[in-house]
Amino acid sequence: MSISIQQLAAFSPLLIVDLSVIVVMLAIAWRRCHKMTAGLSIIGLIAAILSLFFVSGDIPAHLTSLLQVDGFTLFYSALVLIAGLATCIFGYSWLKEHQDNKDEFYLLVLISTGGAILLACANHIATLFLGIELVSLPLFGLVGYVFQQKPSLEASIKYMLLSAGASAFMLFGMALLYADTGTLSFAGIASGLGQSMDQQPLLLVGIGMLLVGICFKLSLAPFHLWTPDVYQGAPAPVATFLATSSKIAIFAVLVRIFIEAPLIDLPSVKLVLSVIAIASILFGNFMAVSQTNIKRLLGYSSIAHLGYLLIVLVAIKDRQLAIETTGVYLVGYLFASLGSFGAVSLLSSPNRGQDVEEISDYRGLFKRRPLIAVVMSLMMLSLAGIPMTLGFIGKFYVLAVAMQGSLWWLSAAVVVGSAIGLYYYLRVAVSVFLPSLNGHVAEVVETSSLSIKAGALVLLVSAAIVVILGVYPQPLIDCVQFAKPW
Amino acid sequence: MLLPWLILLPFIGGLLCWQSERFSRALPRWIAVLSMVLTLLLSLMMWGQGHFSLAMPQGIPQWQSEFILPWIPRFGISFHFALDGLSLLMVVLTAFLGLLSIVCSWNEVDKREGLFHLNLLWIVGGVMGVFLAIDMFLFFFFWEMMLIPMFFLIALWGHKGSDERTRIATAIKFFIYTQVSGLVMLVAIIGLVFVHYRATGVWTFDYNHLIGTKMSSPVAYLLMLGFFVAFAVKMPLIPLHGWLADAHAQSPTAGSVDLAGLLLKTAAYGLLRFVLPFFPHASAEFAPIAMWLGVISIFYGAWLAFSQTDIKRLVAYSSVSHMGLVMVAIYTGSQLAYQGAIVMMIAHGLSAAGLFILCGQLYERIGTRDMREMGGLWGRLRYLPGLSMFFAVASLGMPGTGNFVGEFMMLFGSYKVVPLITIISTFGVVFASIYSLVMIHRAYYGEAKSDAPLAVMSIREFSMILSLVVLLVLLGIFPQGVLETSHAAIANIQHYFMTASSLSITGISTTGL
Repeated sequence: MSISIQQLAAFSPLLIVDLSVIVVMLAIAWRRCHKMTAGLSIIGLIAAILSLFFVSGDIPAHLTSLLQVDGFTLFYSALVLIAGLATCIFGYSWLKEHQDNKDEFYLLVLISTGGAILLACANHIATLFLGIELVSLPLFGLVGYVFQQKPSLEASIKYMLLSAGASAFMLFGMALLYADTGTLSFAGIASGLGQSMDQQPLLLVGIGMLLVGICFKLSLAPFHLWTPDVYQGAPAPVATFLATSSKIAIFAVLVRIFIEAPLIDLPSVKLVLSVIAIASILFGNFMAVSQTNIKRLLGYSSIAHLGYLLIVLVAIKDRQLAIETTGVYLVGYLFASLGSFGAVSLLSSPNRGQDVEEISDYRGLFKRRPLIAVVMSLMMLSLAGIPMTLGFIGKFYVLAVAMQGSLWWLSAAVVVGSAIGLYYYLRVAVSVFLPSLNGHVAEVVETSSLSIKAGALVLLVSAAIVVILGVYPQPLIDCVQFAKPW
Repeated sequence: MLLPWLILLPFIGGLLCWQSERFSRALPRWIAVLSMVLTLLLSLMMWGQGHFSLAMPQGIPQWQSEFILPWIPRFGISFHFALDGLSLLMVVLTAFLGLLSIVCSWNEVDKREGLFHLNLLWIVGGVMGVFLAIDMFLFFFFWEMMLIPMFFLIALWGHKGSDERTRIATAIKFFIYTQVSGLVMLVAIIGLVFVHYRATGVWTFDYNHLIGTKMSSPVAYLLMLGFFVAFAVKMPLIPLHGWLADAHAQSPTAGSVDLAGLLLKTAAYGLLRFVLPFFPHASAEFAPIAMWLGVISIFYGAWLAFSQTDIKRLVAYSSVSHMGLVMVAIYTGSQLAYQGAIVMMIAHGLSAAGLFILCGQLYERIGTRDMREMGGLWGRLRYLPGLSMFFAVASLGMPGTGNFVGEFMMLFGSYKVVPLITIISTFGVVFASIYSLVMIHRAYYGEAKSDAPLAVMSIREFSMILSLVVLLVLLGIFPQGVLETSHAAIANIQHYFMTASSLSITGISTTGL
């Protein structure tokens, strides 16, 4: 099978990211210079984002049966690239005072971003597995990046062990699928499903195991136990990346599978996914209520958010609405997470021990750093789904998709979950405006340097996007309608 | 074209207030006052030009003024504002009380003035939006949006006598109550839109199109309940009233004025504007339950008011009682009762605002709201006790005040439809006089706790209260202007309700209620 230049051109975002991995690696080998490495990575990511615009004329394009590029790919590639870019920018100011090697951070982020783009292109179970591993493996290193601090190391080991287990499940599931259908492409599984759905226990078990692995990566209940610890232990910029890039990419590929193959027609899959969605929404929100550590809180809240999103899969019958919901919700989730984790990482430094992560540390922030305080508060409101923020549009879509599919229990779970969610989001949102306790200041005080300014700019842009698209979402909806995998 | 400015003025004013804080501490206040004065003038100008009294009811929504701008074409959502007599009255009330709430907190706020006024103005803007929006998505948008500034107002500038933890807990409680019920309403709105979409294939959230959507009666009943819950929480109706007294007790005076004067009115407005025309059959079916809940609210609210020691909580519970009567009136389907409910909403807005402002002034002077520590204030204060007396008797429905007109019309109108409920409700008026007078008695009569004279009312304080007094008396003596303005709008709403439910309503009255 020959590959034309045009086909390759369609994959330029992926290729550019991979190329920048090599360039950065060589640059590090040549000379360790924090500024240069960061600069090269950021340039690479920006180039990849720009290439998306040129590619948009060439879609859809296929590269063997493993990969394909369509609107869906481009949209989710853009999201993970933005996540990677923001992580590099936050990472730069955060790492500046790190005493150990700083450069590998960017390398790992780039590799993981490459994996995420691969997932967005995946059209085949093999690519799916490759992508998931490529996303997760660098994350082990990133989570344990400040291994001198015990929580970071602990989180890394925990994440690695559990992740390996989940991968094993996934592989086994894939093997069973292959045993049953004799093919590994998504379309092949779909036709395998079509033949005789009920008499295929092997297929069901295979799908089940695949879902276990994916649910683990998405930290859905009951496979969520690692989430709070890892979020807490991971350095703040890494937590940003973990919460956004990996989850967005994996969820995107999951949506693609469910659209290609009518898995949701199997009553057992539908039931299991509904139960997982409800459990994630309730567990995530309930557990978040009692947290005093903001990273743990955001960890639990991400469980709940993916629970809301899982409703899309259950209601995927209406493909158009489902695709729009996924896109809109994930964009809202991406920018709200970037904003909130970004605020944490801008205030923290590895030099000062643990990150600024107790909610009480954020008191008085409005007086000291008004911009970060307002952004933080705004992002909490967006995560809570309050009107005038993008989070609300996302929630509206989720409710619409649930109502369209007549999923009453899931709609009720969204309402209950949001109610509980308000409790802890509002607490954080209001705490930045409260007077600080006995003059204790936990965060970095320096504000003038370029790196902090760049980080603040990212926060500002995220906040602006959340508010502007929250008030006027039509451009986003147009954009999402373009992102369809058919 | 002027319609969006009613909403934009407070919003823009709020942003200016926030930013002007850095120049001067007094500047935000003046900007806030200026933007509210402009809003009030604009609304009065619309009243003057609208020819509301000339409109003949035709049984369809009739808007004196409309504004449409596409917003989210994907779902047929647009910025659709419209004004008829009913919304106009509410808009004028909102503008006036909004102005008052800024003036009444002139000296109360000592930190972050800019942000405080931002929140205050955004509440007003949100409430304006609720009264003007006739796109259901837009309505919901404003409905939820007005809660955020209210939340921050209670949490950050709340009652100075209580600690921060209590304030935040109260604010969160208020928010959760209203937001959850709001989400239930959102589900109902989406449900209604889907029903319409399946019938016609058109996505729309527009009131004019959704009205008259055909649906099976269980669906209609469920959707109606979704709307009803949201409005019942805001109203508030027993047993969904848990947030009200705490929210009042912890919020600053300006917050209480907005809460009692405006936010509670949005609920009654929502019932009239949306629930009855959208679901006439289901509403008629549900009417007995709603009315009995209203009756329970009247008495339970009165009882709770009577047993309070905190003067502000007393006033808060008295609103539960008054709004209970409004609830009964809304579900009778009688045009007279509807008109009474409108007058009552305005009069209650004014009298509750007056009482809350007086409570605030009292607190500024004696440093407590506990009536057990008051007593004998009549001799120590000039004007203030007398004015309190006026608002207390207004609240119990003394002839000559707007409250009397409202109650009288509501009871008259309801009697034809539901005699038994009306007779029971009438006793609520008796209870109102008990708690109102008890409040005056406990606070102003009896043994004085000290002889030290207290500060007299300043011109600002005095003129605020006096304007309320004048308006209440004016409304009591000459309510015709208000009645004519809302007549066409009310007649249309009543038309929807009655044509659908004339049978079931007579059914109610004969089944012994």
